[in-house]
Amino acid sequence: MKAPRIPTEELMGSGHLACQGCGATQAMRFALKALGPKTALTIPACCWAVIDGTFPHSAVDLPIFHTAFETAAVTAAGIKAGLEMRGDKETTVMAWAGDGGTYDIGLQALSGAAERNDDIIYVCYDNEAYMNTGIQRSSSTPVGAWTTTTPVDNYKREPKKNMIEIMAAHSIPYIATCSVAWPEDVIDKFRKAKEMKGTRYIHIFAPCPTGWKLAPELSIQMARRAVTSRVFPILEITEHGEKLEVWKDFEPTPVREYLKPQGRFKHLTDEELDGIEKDVERRWQRLLAREKMMASIPGME
Amino acid sequence: MKKVIMGNHAVSYGVRASEAKVISAYPITPQTHIVELLSEMCANGEIDAKFIKVESEHSAMAACVGASAAGSRAFTATSSQGLLLMHEMLHWAVGARLPIVLANVNRAVGPPWSIWTDQNDSLSQRDVGWLQIYCESNQEVQDTIPQAFKIAEQLQMPVMIVMDAFFLSHTFEIVDIIEKEQVREFLPPYEPEIKIDTADQHSFGNLAGPDHYMELRYMIQEAMDRGLDVIKKVNKEFEEIFGRGYGLIEPYRCDDAETILVTSGTVSSTTRAVIDELRDEGVKVGSLKIRVFRPFPTEEVFEVLSKAKKVAVIDRNISFGAHGIFYQEIKSALYGRTDIPILGYIAGLGGRDVTPKVIREIADKAIGDEQPERYINWIGVKI
Repeated sequence: MKAPRIPTEELMGSGHLACQGCGATQAMRFALKALGPKTALTIPACCWAVIDGTFPHSAVDLPIFHTAFETAAVTAAGIKAGLEMRGDKETTVMAWAGDGGTYDIGLQALSGAAERNDDIIYVCYDNEAYMNTGIQRSSSTPVGAWTTTTPVDNYKREPKKNMIEIMAAHSIPYIATCSVAWPEDVIDKFRKAKEMKGTRYIHIFAPCPTGWKLAPELSIQMARRAVTSRVFPILEITEHGEKLEVWKDFEPTPVREYLKPQGRFKHLTDEELDGIEKDVERRWQRLLAREKMMASIPGME
Repeated sequence: MKKVIMGNHAVSYGVRASEAKVISAYPITPQTHIVELLSEMCANGEIDAKFIKVESEHSAMAACVGASAAGSRAFTATSSQGLLLMHEMLHWAVGARLPIVLANVNRAVGPPWSIWTDQNDSLSQRDVGWLQIYCESNQEVQDTIPQAFKIAEQLQMPVMIVMDAFFLSHTFEIVDIIEKEQVREFLPPYEPEIKIDTADQHSFGNLAGPDHYMELRYMIQEAMDRGLDVIKKVNKEFEEIFGRGYGLIEPYRCDDAETILVTSGTVSSTTRAVIDELRDEGVKVGSLKIRVFRPFPTEEVFEVLSKAKKVAVIDRNISFGAHGIFYQEIKSALYGRTDIPILGYIAGLGGRDVTPKVIREIADKAIGDEQPERYINWIGVKI
């Protein structure tokens, strides 16, 4: 992590429609500070379809094309092609989707765009459920979580899908995760992505106090704990999927300190919490092993 | 220059001449030749366009939506299941008022799998708001593509060109190939006033409350209402340059006809041959081809059909639980203005041949039927 240097330019206004403590709103604000005014957005169905504001208002000082749920990546590819054919080769086109629009309904179009290496930045702001429709489970919802479709008596038993590995399998030029708890890192990664060509995938962890049953003022703290507890690793994958760098320069904190303040996990027993802790540790170790393994491949040292 | 080409390639040549800038498509029989030739044309520089080879038809239309919103002329082609998969994005193109052109090769919908023609794919998209033009010959197919772009761009509405599988898509005919240099006179470059542009920012399609939504829908209907005049005007301009033109409808020997057969697509050509036969026998029949289905040319249809004593509609489609779809449209166009009996015949589904014999059978039944409106008349069903 580098020293704070957040641009003062604001491309997102304060008159948006997000809930208090919304991580997705922070995420957009930081991303746009990095990308600047030569940026066009496309947004599928997700919280941001509403946050932007109702017609004829918009909270963002950029062109935004709202598109259908499963089409963010390919709509962005179409916009990029359309702009280029008009002679505008400079504008960065960014697809901005939630976890439902990325992990679930939009996965096919995203995979298509990534395989073609379409020249777009694709962002998944991950709040781990269908929050805009009222907190239903997505394949990004973590194991153990309550949602309205995974009630306490039948909470989510399946682990969160590993979206990063799916994207890495596409050999795209840039993959990064980041968290709204580290704005400088978010900005650095978007700046880096902006300078590259091809499909760039950025995954921002963005707490949803409403859906997580969390006090809004704890939003950023939970985003930070998700990282320091190793629940949500911060990483970069470059060299077309060949080079993995995991951020480890932090004081680890207990997984329980991340789970406990969130109402969505409050039904979990000590035994279940132990199980989640073990799972987090196993995944972390696997990630580190993978980093080491990839670095040991001849030519990648 | 004249060439003998298949209907599918007539589409490709039409797109080449129209200088589409972004093409996005997914393979499906019997459409595939259209985009195969287009990808070749993109590769060898005959067309200066980006071809986005997507992973589904849904994405093909989404890519066209993005490209068109960014201010570029966009084209796709599909058939049957592919068109059905696009359904959501067909709506999106209309709501976003994007002048995309799509060629749909009419193919029956599964199951059971069928690759042969009928109109249920395009007609089940009747209410999405796309203009629909049904073509009859390869020349007409080619010529309709630049016309469609011009109509679409004037109305800010998408246009679907529809053609029969195999009877047109794979049939070779002589086509006078149009070239882009000549088409430029007719179809200027696409320069939308409002587009995705960082120098002129807009938010497209964001949440509209009950106070705004209805007005936006009214404006779409208003564009459709202007559509018939625009189609006629554009056709006239095309005719002045190229010497060929096509109407909203095409009446054949209808002036003194007592019975008129209403058709669409390639069935129209076969029907004209039967009309000639019947006329030779002294039977007063005529035929009316519906070329433009949306917007529906109600007045033009009424003017022709109201002079007849009986109307027989041949539908290569069926709206289950109701009737043939053209039949319903014709009934609706004549409702309350005439007492002429209107008969409906379902024929040729799933590519079954509609031969002169079949059309003769329909004409005989129509002329002889005393109580014509009592039920759907299925032709040639072996049950």
